[in-house]
Amino acid sequence: MSAFNAIGEDREIDRDEFTPGVEPQPTWCPGCGDFGVLKALKQALPELGLTPDEVLTVTGIGCSGKLNSYLDTYGFHTIHGRSLPVARAAKLANDGLEVIAAGGDGDGYGIGGNHFIHTARENHDMTYIVFNNEVFGLTKGQTSPTSPKGHKSKTQPHGSAKSPLRPLSTSLNAGATYVARTAAVNPNQAKEIIKEAIEHDGFAHVDFLTQCPTWNKDARQYVPYVDVQESEDYDFDVHDRREAAEMMFETESALYEGTVLTGRYYVNEDRPSYQEEKQKLGDVPDEPLAERYFDDDYEWERSYDLLERHK
Amino acid sequence: MSDDELIWRIAGGSGDGIDSTSQNFAKALMRSGLDVFTHRHYPSRIRGGHTYVEIRAADHEVQSRGDGYNFLLALGDSFARNPQEEAFYGNEEIKPLSENLDDMREGGVIVYDEGLLSEEDVAELDLEKRAEENDWHVYPLDLRSLAREHGREVMRNTAGVGATAALLEMDLEHIEDLMEDAMGGEVLEANLEILHEAYETVRDEYDFTHDLRAPSGEHEREQALLSGSNAIAYGAIDAGCRFIAGYPMTPWTDVFTILSQNFPDMGGIAEQVEDEIAAAALALGASHAGAKAMSGSSGGGFALMSEPLGLAEMTETPLVLVEAMRAGPSTGMPTKPEQGDLEHVLYTSQGDSSRVVFAPGNVAEAYDQTRMAFHVAYEYQIPVIVIYDQKLSGENTNVDVSFFDREPEPTLGSTLTEEELREAAHDASGKFQRFQHDVEDGVSPRSLPGQKDGRYLATGNEHSPVGHISEDPDNRVYQMERRLEKLEAIREELDEEHDSQQTYFGDETADFGIVTWGSSQGAVEEAVARLNEQGHSVKGVGVSDMMPFPEAEMTEFLESVDEAMIVEMNATAQFRGLMQKELGRYGEKLSSLLKYNGEPFEPAEIVEGYELNVDGADEEPTAQVRIEPAAGD
Ligand SMILES: Cc1ncc(C[n+]2csc(CCOP(=O)(O)OP(=O)(O)O)c2C)c(N)n1
Ligand code: SF4
Repeated sequence: MSAFNAIGEDREIDRDEFTPGVEPQPTWCPGCGDFGVLKALKQALPELGLTPDEVLTVTGIGCSGKLNSYLDTYGFHTIHGRSLPVARAAKLANDGLEVIAAGGDGDGYGIGGNHFIHTARENHDMTYIVFNNEVFGLTKGQTSPTSPKGHKSKTQPHGSAKSPLRPLSTSLNAGATYVARTAAVNPNQAKEIIKEAIEHDGFAHVDFLTQCPTWNKDARQYVPYVDVQESEDYDFDVHDRREAAEMMFETESALYEGTVLTGRYYVNEDRPSYQEEKQKLGDVPDEPLAERYFDDDYEWERSYDLLERHK
Repeated sequence: MSDDELIWRIAGGSGDGIDSTSQNFAKALMRSGLDVFTHRHYPSRIRGGHTYVEIRAADHEVQSRGDGYNFLLALGDSFARNPQEEAFYGNEEIKPLSENLDDMREGGVIVYDEGLLSEEDVAELDLEKRAEENDWHVYPLDLRSLAREHGREVMRNTAGVGATAALLEMDLEHIEDLMEDAMGGEVLEANLEILHEAYETVRDEYDFTHDLRAPSGEHEREQALLSGSNAIAYGAIDAGCRFIAGYPMTPWTDVFTILSQNFPDMGGIAEQVEDEIAAAALALGASHAGAKAMSGSSGGGFALMSEPLGLAEMTETPLVLVEAMRAGPSTGMPTKPEQGDLEHVLYTSQGDSSRVVFAPGNVAEAYDQTRMAFHVAYEYQIPVIVIYDQKLSGENTNVDVSFFDREPEPTLGSTLTEEELREAAHDASGKFQRFQHDVEDGVSPRSLPGQKDGRYLATGNEHSPVGHISEDPDNRVYQMERRLEKLEAIREELDEEHDSQQTYFGDETADFGIVTWGSSQGAVEEAVARLNEQGHSVKGVGVSDMMPFPEAEMTEFLESVDEAMIVEMNATAQFRGLMQKELGRYGEKLSSLLKYNGEPFEPAEIVEGYELNVDGADEEPTAQVRIEPAAGD
């Protein structure tokens, strides 16, 4: 018997299974965009045939980090900015898990920026959802890496002198193989994008626009939005890196004043995932490492066998 | 100081192959039946700069570098000769000779490379006069030409080894064997030729004026020569660890490298990642998902791991970290040993945080205690840190091969199978009560993602039994006490079910005690033996359990003596502070002998410290060590 029977379990899955049965109730503010992510995941996961026991959601800190408190999967609510290294190691240790990391823009693009770049660069087979509300929510409205230039907050009373980070371009440049932006106000697209991202073999980055009505009242609520795939005005090939980059540039420049564009920006199905690359080099075992500890017949190598060169 | 031992020092420029040469020579001595101990001195640079390695060999157990040395092979620093434009090498060729004379024992033998060290430079050293005063026996040899003649200049190391063997009347057999293992083809041939040529030239053409000869010995069982870092890596392998994540930092890099080189062939995973926060977080993630995992670093890198360390504790995720100390503060002296991170490792991370800390005292203990670290981490779901230093990391000693002939222990400790999970307690919503099982030791068995019926949330926030964030006061107290209880349970297990990890030595009836921890243990052990030989009555203990502290054992030890001197390599007496904090008394009994100049203790310095302590002499010790008197003095 396998130690991980939930993995690959094939049965009809009820959406409600992803809602904690007793508590807790979400503590997000009314109208918070984070509800949109939760909803999209609750719809997407059962549609993909995934059971709550085979999904591991790893979150950072912030309002966004509470996602897995309200989503009934295996969960790891880590520390500020560190969801990605925890998540990618869990995936390396047990490839059978469906690993989804999530966190805020402060969490993912600020304190965890280094991990973001490197996880994208390595193209780990996992999904990363960033709740982008252009503000630090949980610590009460400070400027975040995606806040627009001039954004006033209690810690930047004269307005921010910094230009916002461009998350889509950053992950594309770093090496992500699936890059999309969606918005809580566009639930149908959000669900589809999340499904695609989870199914993608490689690092899938979803910049999820989540309005924060409490601290970012001035910010546009990302309506109206335009779905770049649906609109005839934006004709580009998502598999073409250069075209995707151009589109991202346009979108990211326009976010703060022009039209909000959402949709898929880049999809690369050819680049092998990090796991595959490592497998080719013989650097990860064929069977999930985690399985081995339950296998009574496994022949463990001993250091005694390595002593030859010390004699 | 007896000369029934050989302490051979090879000096040259770093990058000149000093390391590999000495490693081979140490093995040859071991194969000839001797016990060996190596000490490596190196500057914080890759090429050029004066460096040396010492090999102490005797027919009896050797536990430290010893005091001084009695054979110098001064090769000359090849990088000092060809400075590139604008590059700063800043070393004179003469340094391998000139820098090494101070610690040379009376009657010692010196071989230097005439081919590389200029005559004028040597003349300036007043070598003849000093040799006469100290009864040194000096053999200038043109090793460089000899090497060039039969091969390449870099092979002058081999010429030096050949000359050494001749002067010490050693057999070449083991040296040849090792060369044959290490190389082949023309390189091997050239080296063998040089070895023989040097050996025969010296044997036939020189009059030996010295008495020093290689000691002879015999081992009952086969030996292996390995370092503390090797032992830690091997302990991890035998504990079933198959995941390592790290970021390079001296001297932790050694363990990281050894495991990175071995894991792929063992179906394990090694990850070099973007920084130390990531490294610890990866180990945590892998462990959470059901692999036995470790990470580690040295001072500065370990500082970055403080937050993931706390997360491991709060989420009760097993985690083993290694902390390889080097001299601080900050980047300090990257290649020099110090025992200055003890408090850092004990107390870093926020809150009433607790972890287990072991400080092995030698190579064998490094292996054992790393295994124990994994056992404790996975059984009790708590972070365990193995703390050691640059000295133990790099020194090589021979260990009986049979010592490593032990069964692997690849168990995940208190982790449930799916069958067990089905029977376990769940809350009304069907969630596994991951943080509830209140058995006596505070341990609450865990599940792994992907298992059926084991779903829960791991969070660094205070949480309810199923892992929901909770600020309920009763729950807080319950969870906090449960986590803290583990330390007591671990203490009990360490006391009862296992032999003590502390190492006791010396005269049991003595009323003067010397207490030390970590890598200073070997030198203290030797010093205690020496003092007892000299007619004093002294006993000692090398403490390995830093947390949970072996309160009963140390109380017993301190009750049995009138005075105790604590020996450690730092300036602020960190271990003494720990003892007093844990035991809450004995301040008036405890004095300290401290050294923090970047060099490890030599046994003679400890003997001297004892004498000063007992005789109450008011002069300062001669070596760079400091006496810190007992409280109330
Ligand atoms: C190391 C560390 N620094 C700071 C904090 C405090 N902190 C908690 S949440 C947060 C900001 C979160 O902002 P964001 O990631 O945008 O998430 P949001 O709350 O908007 O969803 C900060 C700074 C922390 N928990 N840890
Ligand atoms: S503060 Fe903002 S981000 Fe946080 S819950 Fe409220 S609305 Fe959402």
